[in-house]
Amino acid sequence: MSAILAIAKLDAAYGETKVLSQVDLSIEEGGITALLGANGAGKTTLLRAICNMMVKVRGEISFMGTRIDGRATESIARLGIGHVPDGRGTFSHLSVEENLRLGAYTRRDRKGVADDFERVYTYFPRLRERHLQQAGTLSGGEQQMLAIARALMMRPKLLLLDEPSFGLAPVIVQEIFRILGAINRDEKMSMLLVEQNANLALDLADHAYLIETGEIVMGGEAAVISGNPSVRRAYLGY
Amino acid sequence: MQAFLHQLLSGIATGGIYASLALALVMIHQATHHINFAQGELAMFATYIAWTLVQAGVPYWAAFVLTLVFAFALGVFLQNVVLRPVQNAPFFSVVIVFIGLLVIFNSLAGWIFTYTVKTFPSPFPIRAWYGSNYLSPHEVGMTAVTLVVLVLVFAFFRFTNLGLAMRGAAQNPAASRLVGISVGRMLALGAGLAGAIGAVAGIMAAPILYLEPNMMSGILLYGLAGAVLGGIDNPWGAALGGVMVGVLENLAGAYVVGTELKLSVALLVIIFVLLFKPSGLFGRSIVVRV
Repeated sequence: MSAILAIAKLDAAYGETKVLSQVDLSIEEGGITALLGANGAGKTTLLRAICNMMVKVRGEISFMGTRIDGRATESIARLGIGHVPDGRGTFSHLSVEENLRLGAYTRRDRKGVADDFERVYTYFPRLRERHLQQAGTLSGGEQQMLAIARALMMRPKLLLLDEPSFGLAPVIVQEIFRILGAINRDEKMSMLLVEQNANLALDLADHAYLIETGEIVMGGEAAVISGNPSVRRAYLGY
Repeated sequence: MQAFLHQLLSGIATGGIYASLALALVMIHQATHHINFAQGELAMFATYIAWTLVQAGVPYWAAFVLTLVFAFALGVFLQNVVLRPVQNAPFFSVVIVFIGLLVIFNSLAGWIFTYTVKTFPSPFPIRAWYGSNYLSPHEVGMTAVTLVVLVLVFAFFRFTNLGLAMRGAAQNPAASRLVGISVGRMLALGAGLAGAIGAVAGIMAAPILYLEPNMMSGILLYGLAGAVLGGIDNPWGAALGGVMVGVLENLAGAYVVGTELKLSVALLVIIFVLLFKPSGLFGRSIVVRV
């Protein structure tokens, strides 16, 4: 398998505050890569750096062989990177259906878009039930589902997920992770999954990286990472 | 009863002008959280362009369309060249930029076209089957044109993907970029549309108010009052608020205090309403679960 996304020597900063330094990371095509780390380690910043969003970046980011660092956020999205941001970032005044329509905004294949409405409603039946409801009135879990579904409407080649488990009840988290696994299996969609919940993420992912205070400290197959004694102590709690 | 109907209907007719300007203000406000104080002057300037075209022998409706194109382009130009560079500036810096634009366009109009009051033609005949004791043909035509514009704008935002993308960009710029929407382009488009809507208001109001550089300054105030009365975060509430200001103003003038004080009474009523409904009559109470 080849890398769909390759990051080399990446520095990132908010103004003068440096957050990431010399990050090297690659994501296998068709796989799920987990990025684990504590609060403030730089996980969200790394996702923002990939999309050139709110953060100053130096280094190389290549997506399917093309350099994307320095491009505008919207043009990176159009290349096929779907980003489910932290805090979900749904359009809270718009209906569920309008949110999904916006997800497909850049697409011109009407038939394909209509099929994709069916496809995401099949993955997330609750969204179909609530398709006319204002997004801001959905429950936290439903908003997370909507954020993922909206990204799927872009037919991305790579999906970036920023802590999809954040603030949700365990049963909802399990449901969302089961669906993510199914999407990856059925559609071979590559994913980069940022998580604090290391147990959950290592179960789903095939590769994983560990980030501490802005630096990648470990990377490899998920099974190897979860077998590492210091990882077990620090992140898995057993 | 007949006199009352006359006052009411003619209030609705002028209210339509306020409604158009209120809608233009709200469109900019939703995307930028700023009030474009220059919106009225842009409309006035566009009306001078229409006047120049008509004077040069261009047929009225051709001049009308050309002026809308001009006003749209002017809005896009100002957004991209003047407003985009200050989009992250402190609040009052942007306010000053808008007030600066107001003064610049006001003086520019005076300098180019002089301060002499000019008559402006109406496309509607003095006598027509749709005129009556209640409303002149121009007032009827003006109301119809305003209504068509409001319906078109509503349909654009409600039923087209581009309109939806503009609403999205106004609401959540970061998420919009993540789905591939160019927020800068949407802002420019919004400023252009607001400019064109304002131009319609200016062209329709000019036959009644006569054309001079300060023609729109009052209308900007009434439009803003209407927008606040209806709810600055709700375009349709704002438009309805504009109509209500027109009606209030007319009825107060006819029955309560006379023409000199009619605006004061209208604004007094608005203040009274806002005491009880601070977000405006139709201001959305936003429900967000976190």
